[in-house]
This record gives sequence, structure tokens and C-alpha cells, in this order.
Amino acid sequence: MNSVPRQRLVVIGNGMAGMRTVEELLRRAPVRYDITVFGAEPHPNYNRIMLSSVLAGEKTIDDIVINPLSWYAEAGITLHAGDPVVGIDAKAKIVTAASGRTVAYDKLLLATGSKPLMPPLPGLELPGVVAFRDIADTDAMLKAAEAKQRAVVIGGGLLGLEAAWGLKRRGMPVALVHLMPTLMERQLDVEAGGMLQKDLTERGLHFFTQGQTERVLGDTKAEGVVLADGRSIPADLVVVAIGIRPNVDMGKAAGLDINRGIVVGDDMATSDADIYAVGECVEHRGQVFGLVAPIWEQAKVCAARLAGDNVATYATPPLSTRLKITGIDVFSAGKLAAEDDSDEEVVFRDATKGVYRKLVVRDNTLVGAVMYGDVADGGWYFDLIKGGADVSDMRDRLIFGQAFADSGCCGGAKAGMDVAAMADDSQICGCNGVSKGAIVAAITEKGLTTLDEVRAHTKASASCGMCTPQVQAILSFVTGADAAAPQAMCTCTEHGHDHVRHAIVDQRLKTQDAVRKALGWKTEDGCAKCRPALNYYLLCAWPGEYVDDYRSRFINERVHANIQKDGTYSVVPRMWGGLTTPDELRAIADVADKFQIPTVKVTGGQRIDLLGVKKQDLPAVWADLNKAGLVSGHAYSKGLRTVKTCVGSEWCRFGTQDSTGLGVKLEKLMWGSWTPHKVKLAVSGCPRNCAEATIKDIGIICVEAGYDMVIGGNGGIEVRVTDPLVRLSTEDEVLEYASAFMQLYREEGRYLERTAPYVERVGLAYVKKRILEDDAGRKALYARFLFSQSYAQNDPWAERASGGVDSHEFQPLAVVS
Amino acid sequence: MNDWIDIGTLADIPRLGARTVDTPLGEVAVFRTNEDEVFALINKCPHKNGPLSEGIVMGRKVACPLHNWVIDLNSGQAQAPDEGCTTPLPLKQEAGRLYLGLAAGKKVAHA
Ligand SMILES: Cc1cc2nc3c(=O)[nH]c(=O)nc-3n(C[C@H](O)[C@H](O)[C@H](O)COP(=O)(O)OP(=O)(O)OC[C@H]3O[C@@H](n4cnc5c(N)ncnc54)[C@H](O)[C@@H]3O)c2cc1C
Ligand code: HEM
Ligand code: SF4
Ligand code: FES
Repeated sequence: MNSVPRQRLVVIGNGMAGMRTVEELLRRAPVRYDITVFGAEPHPNYNRIMLSSVLAGEKTIDDIVINPLSWYAEAGITLHAGDPVVGIDAKAKIVTAASGRTVAYDKLLLATGSKPLMPPLPGLELPGVVAFRDIADTDAMLKAAEAKQRAVVIGGGLLGLEAAWGLKRRGMPVALVHLMPTLMERQLDVEAGGMLQKDLTERGLHFFTQGQTERVLGDTKAEGVVLADGRSIPADLVVVAIGIRPNVDMGKAAGLDINRGIVVGDDMATSDADIYAVGECVEHRGQVFGLVAPIWEQAKVCAARLAGDNVATYATPPLSTRLKITGIDVFSAGKLAAEDDSDEEVVFRDATKGVYRKLVVRDNTLVGAVMYGDVADGGWYFDLIKGGADVSDMRDRLIFGQAFADSGCCGGAKAGMDVAAMADDSQICGCNGVSKGAIVAAITEKGLTTLDEVRAHTKASASCGMCTPQVQAILSFVTGADAAAPQAMCTCTEHGHDHVRHAIVDQRLKTQDAVRKALGWKTEDGCAKCRPALNYYLLCAWPGEYVDDYRSRFINERVHANIQKDGTYSVVPRMWGGLTTPDELRAIADVADKFQIPTVKVTGGQRIDLLGVKKQDLPAVWADLNKAGLVSGHAYSKGLRTVKTCVGSEWCRFGTQDSTGLGVKLEKLMWGSWTPHKVKLAVSGCPRNCAEATIKDIGIICVEAGYDMVIGGNGGIEVRVTDPLVRLSTEDEVLEYASAFMQLYREEGRYLERTAPYVERVGLAYVKKRILEDDAGRKALYARFLFSQSYAQNDPWAERASGGVDSHEFQPLAVVS
Repeated sequence: MNDWIDIGTLADIPRLGARTVDTPLGEVAVFRTNEDEVFALINKCPHKNGPLSEGIVMGRKVACPLHNWVIDLNSGQAQAPDEGCTTPLPLKQEAGRLYLGLAAGKKVAHA
């Protein structure tokens, strides 16, 4: 054999920069090196950026792994995770790890990231003080949040704000101490920083700006912090997020040139030609790094060099910043303010909408942009900044965004971004440095059709996810589906939901087969996406005529119980308006005993959940509950779930109306109805709003003068507060208006679209037009709802407990022993 | 050697539906398509063991009720981009009766 022995590459640091470099290297030179990776953390490489989302409960650790262990194995990489390198002998070319393991290298790559900056404060060593850098820190914070203690975050930059917001989302009271007068002062100007502080204050964060932390209180554990001006803030968790500094330990060990970071040249090599460095541990031309966009660039250049390319050089690209807090949009790039007389600032404010924009123009080019509230044009401004384009001929329209500036006149403004007009080299994904051209090329060459595929092939929108709408728009543009055109229901058809619904009514299509035939479905019997939707649309359009197709329902709706992760079910009987009786409670207790139901829990919807029921027991459980007068609570359905109430005027000294009684009436009127997605109601007896009516699909808040009806609210991940619709004076009016809105949503909501996005899509003005301004129309909606209800109100449990309906669902076909 | 075990008739399974059979191998899901083809798979999704018998049947596939992986009824393979496989079992129809192929020596009790 005369094969050339492979060279040995050792990588220290199993993080974002190191593994990106390895990925790029494998792409260019798959067999050049035998690769060994050392990582201090006992995890495969994960997306550090997304720790903020993990903290906020939007993602799990599993979701953010970039390179699973199988990736290392398949690429033939030896990974030593949880074994930090402690020494480098650069002469002998050997690294030594904490475990004592030694590995020789031909080339060495340092990618050790940075360390959290810890100020020299007394008390920082106490348990309860953490930084925000890795999975271990995040776990520590989540544990503290579970105990519902109080938190103080020190540092009002990106990291501190994301930490504070995440902890707040986890239910902790959070105070944030920031040294400067305004938040994120390195990325935002004073005005945008002020708006950010105001919005976050409204969301429940407490701010101590111009706060110099003096020490952490506590003897055996952190108990709070004291500021230099004497203010003190109690807390059991102290998060320090004041900044980072390059981790240069390994550079020192190898005797490399070090300044603030490990010094590298344009070729990403250190002062030792066989040792390279990338990521936050490096210093390049006096600059150190804290965002991934330049790091991806470094990874590319470093990989090229390792692969034998002698010309690839690195230059730091212009950078932009976004804050990853759901519902708060901040963008900045370039200069934050005019620096001298030759600079000009253009400012746009819309205080009622909470929108702010500032552009900095110098010599007819854009050099800076700060945006708050609406950041859709951020990418466009960023392109103008990077390209140094002459903006003189759109100078007066620039501030209103791309649609206005390009159209030449405000009348022709287009919504969203104009993909066609966008240059091929405009950058879409800042994190991964992916241009429009690269995305278009991937879509056309590889025939991609979904966002996930585009992510997998280009990495666009795969890091922080902020550019997802732009990537989606490009995908729609290239694949021909106009971004403005409705999305197809599923891959079985090119028609969107609304078109299908209209066709059902206009062409009087009354079975799923008829719909599929008339509209040219590509599949015989549809799929798990379109079948439940068609079933609902037909049920809604033809009450009493269309026969429900239980095979087109998800399992929960088919067996009228909620499937749990272990394949058992939960059973939730209805408690009208949250009311129950001793007899009902006894019946529930008896059922729980008889069927050995492991968990009994009170739900957030004011009723009782029996969890862990075996499928074959369901009919008998229902029969026993039925005997006590209990019926299905439809806790499993896309339909009316609960009507939550407070005690109201019957008992409460503040109550203005009988909120409980009204809630019961609403529930008796609406139960059993099928809807595009689940529907929850609440009725509060006074504006103290103990039933939390302002985050429900339909909420009623009683006042002395009558009943305020509010709509389109939602709890859950995307909290949305209701929009006020109307004040009514009698209970009968409430029943009519609430039913009319319900029917409007039933007829127009797309399957799996809650009322909150429905109302946002059609607009509150439209709902008012249909429900308030058109009396005859409202009454007709109400009548259609009542008609539909006359077919809907059968207790599904009674039908099945008797053994008549769907008995095959609950028994095995055969038992083989 | 397989024993062909009589587990019931085609009519016992709803079209585009499934029933289960308890076997020494664990629960087996028996599916019936719109075209009256029948398939048997171990009733565990390759993802997180979701009961496939509770999924929505479409064409020759079933969508798992827990997280919507789509499993091929014939091969037991998950549809890309998901990866995994659940074990298919031999099943044949003869004169309206269904026979499940199991290792020899199993007895059957009809429910
Ligand atoms: C919560 C959070 C949110 C962020 N959000 C954003 C964002 O929205 N946008 C953005 O662009 N950037 C963001 N960043 C910054 C981004 O994560 C970093 O710039 C990036 O991770 C740097 O990559 P790196 O490989 O240099 O360092 P790291 O990803 O930290 O990797 C370094 C690895 O080396 C290991 N290591 C260190 N010493 C040794 C040793 N001696 N032996 C073995 N292993 C060692 C470390 O344990 C670590 O795993 C965020 C960072 C955090 C913490
Ligand atoms: C003086 C003022 C208040 C009084 C007298 C009062 C009284 C009550 C009563 C009697 C209940 C029980 C109602 C029932 O479930 O039947 C209740 C529940 C509730 N109240 Fe208040 N309340 C007041 C202020 C508030 C405020 C200001 C809030 C919120 C900001 C609030 C939030 C709640 C919530 C969330 C519940 C439901 C708790 C649960 O899940 O059981 N209340 N309140
Ligand atoms: S909402 Fe008003 S009436 Fe109802 S319980 Fe709370 S305070 Fe009493
Ligand atoms: S268990 Fe089947 S998709 Fe998750």
C-alpha cells in the first residue's frame, strides 16, 4: 500500500466556531485529516444562541443540538466530550487533557470561545450566583425558576435582557441592574433603548438603570445585591451578564502571541504556523468577537487554509444585531447616531404603534440604522449599509422602508419585502451569512420545496431564526407560489383553505370524495393534514347532512379522550361554568378508585382531569360518570372547551353581575360545537377579572352598566390580550353576540387557526362590521349557530358507553398467547 | 417457521382504520386501507413508541398520533426526513379471513 498517511488535526473546543470549521473542512477535504475533538462540556455541539429560547421555554436542549453524536461517528471524528485540554506542548506537538489523555497533532485548532466577565465584587462566589454561557448555567437558572424565587440580572445588554426575559417567562419576579442610563447602549440609541425599557417594564421586568452593583448579599448563599447608591434588591438567584472576554488559556499554554484574545492573521493562523484559532477566543486586527456572523466567516477561511488553500483571507463583515425576545423587535446596524456635521439623522416615530426608526446618512450613503417595533426592513437597510449604495434619489422616502422607497410613490407601496427587486448578493441570514442568491440556487438546483429543506441545505434561518419570514418569502417566490397567494392546504392540493371552503359551499360539495374530485386532489384519500380540515369544513357547511368521518379525526376526537405520552388517556368531565356538586365529586372519586386512575388533577379550565386511564376502560369510566350526570368536557376537541367563571355578584363583594350564571348559560348554549381550533371562554364579575377573561377566545367582563365582550385572546406561547368588541346591556344580548362571533369564526377560521390569529388576519374592524354594524347579518349568524347546535349537542360519551358507537375502538381484534 | 394465525375478518377492521392484536411480541396493529389491503406492524412508532393503530391512515401510510411521523405500512419505514423503522409482520387474506404470520406454536383467543 502506498497511501499517504492522513494528517492529524486536533480541535480544542467543541463549540459553534470549532465545529463549523470542521464541517466546512469536511466539505472541502473529507479525507485529509484524522480529526480529534476535545470539549470541556459533556455535550455534543449545540446552538449556544438558542439557550435564550431554552430558558424562555420555547425550545428544549434536544432541539438545539447542532451535531448529534451520530454526526461525529459518521464523519469518523473522535470526540472527547467532558474532557478539557489542560496543556499543549507546541514543540512536541502534543496536547494533554484533564483525564491524562495525550494526543499528537500535525495541525491544532483552538476554538475555546470566551468566559463570562465577572466583576471583582464581594459575594460573587456564593451559591446562587451564575453566568449565562452554557447548558450548565441554563440548568441552574431553570432550577431556580422552578423554586419560584426572585432573580436579579446584572447587565442590560443582549445577554442580560434575554436572561431576564427567559426567567420572567418561567414565572420568576426579575429585576435587572444596568450600569448605564439606557439599555443596550452599544446597539441602540437613547430613544430606542427607552422604548425597549418601557415595553419590558410593561411586561413585568423591574429596571435599576445607572445601577452600580457593589456586592452580593448573603453568608452561605446569595440573598440579593446592594448598589453603590445604597439601593438593595433581594434575590435568591443572581445572574451576571455584563460581558465576555476571550478564553485565551490554551493560547497561553502553547506560548502564542496574546493580546485581548489569541492574535490571528488574515489566514486565521496564530503566531505558530501549525496552530489556528477561530471564534470568540481570537483577536483579529485588534477586534474581538461576540456574534456568530463573523465567526462563520472565520470558519470558512480557516477551513480553506486547513484544506490547503493559500489565498483565502478573512475580513470582518459589517455586523447587525437583533434581540431574541418574542414580540419585541429591535434591529441595529452600523452607526447609532450622527458623529459630526457631515452626518445626517432621519427619524420616524409612530408612538401609538410603538414604532421608531432612525437612519444615519453620510455622503449620500446609509451608514447606520436603529429600528424598534417594526424591523421588517432591517435586512434591506443592512444591505444598503454594506453595499455603500448611493441613496440620494430615494433619500426622502428611505425612512418609510423598501416598499415605499422602491415604489417611487407612497400609493404603490407593497407589503413586505420585494424578493424580485432584491440583489442576489443581499444577505438574508445574518447568522450564517447566506445571501439571497445562495438560497435561490439551492432551491432551484436541489428542487427544495419546504422551509426545513432550505434550512438543511443552506443553513439560512437555522441559527437564531429571525430571518425565517424572509427565507419563506424567497422560497415562495422561487417555487412560484406567490408569497401573497394563500398557502396550499397540504401537498395533496395546490388550493388554499379559503378556496376549498368557498368551493364546498358554492358547488354544494357534500362529501370528502366529492371535494377531492371536484378540486383535483392529487391523492385518493387525502392525508393527515387535509382530511381533518375537510371533515370540519363539511361539518360546518352542512350541519345535519354531512356525516362526520371519524377516520378523519385525530385520535383524541375519535375516542373522545386525550391521548397521553404513554398511550393512556385522560378523561375530563364537563363542569358547567366551573360549578360542581358533592354528588359529582363522589362519582369522580369512585371512578378514580374503581379504575385505579393514577392522577387526579384540577385543570386550568376549572374542572377535574382523570389521567392515566387505559383505553379499554374508557367506556366503563364514561358509563359511571354518565350515571352521575357528568358528560364529556370535550377537553380533547377542536371545539368548545370550557367557560371559566368567577363567583360574581352571588358571593363576591365586588361582583356587578351574575358571572357564574352567565357562564353556565354560555356553556350550555355552546357545548358540543366543532370549531376550527379549540375555543375557550371566561366570564368575570367585575373588571378585577379573576376569571382572566382577557386572554380567552371570547371573554365577558361584567360592569355596573352591563357586559363588556372581548375577543381574540390567547394564553399559551404567544400570549395575546383580547380586543374589546362591544358593551352589551343584557344576558340575552351576550348570548347572541357571542354566538354570532363564534359562528363567524366557525365559517371563516382556517382549520387549526385559533381566534387570535383569525382576528389578526381579518382585522378587528372587519369583525365589528359583521357583528356590530350589520344587525341582520349578526342575527343570521346567530340563527346558523343555533341550527348547527341542534345537531351537535349529543354527549359522545353516552353514545359510546352504551357500546353502540365505535365499540371496535376499545377492544383488541384478537389475543394471541 | 411461521404459523398463520386466524385473527378475524376484514370486516372487523374499519376502512382507513386499524385494530390491535395482543401477541407475545407485544401489541400488533392491523391496518386496512381504502383499497382493502391489510398490513400488520408492531404497534410502536420508531420515534417515541406512539401507538400507530391510533393514527390517521392515508394511502399505504399512517400518521403517528403523537408527533405525526408518517410510517409506510408495507415496510414500516418512517418517511424522510425522519428516520427509523418499525417491524412489519406477515399478514394474508384468504376467503375474507385474516391470518397473521407468527413464529410457530401460538394460540389465539378472539375478543
Ligand atoms: C445566551 C446566549 C445568546 C446568544 N445569542 C446570540 C445571538 O442572538 N446572535 C449571535 O450572533 N450570537 C449570540 N451569542 C454568541 C454566540 O453564541 C457565540 O458568539 C458563539 O457561540 C461563539 O462560538 P465559539 O465556538 O467561539 O465559542 P463557544 O460556542 O462558547 O465554544 C467554545 C467551546 O470550547 C470549550 N472549551 C473551552 N476551553 C476548553 C478546553 N481547554 N478544552 C476543551 N474545550 C474547551 C467550551 O466549553 C465551549 O464548549 C449568544 C451567546 C449566548 C451565551
Ligand atoms: C380586591 C380585589 C380582588 C378580590 C376581592 C378577588 C377575589 C377573588 C375571588 C373570590 C376569586 C375566586 C373566584 C372563583 O374562582 O370562583 C378569585 C380568583 C382569582 N383572582 Fe381575584 N380578586 C381580586 C383581585 C384580583 C386581581 C387584581 C387579580 C389579577 C391581577 C386576580 C386574579 C385572580 C385569579 C387569576 C383567580 C383565579 C385563581 C384560580 O385559578 O383559582 N384577582 N379572586
Ligand atoms: S372578578 Fe370581580 S366579581 Fe369576580 S371574583 Fe373577582 S373581584 Fe369578585
Ligand atoms: S411517537 Fe410517533 S411520531 Fe413521535
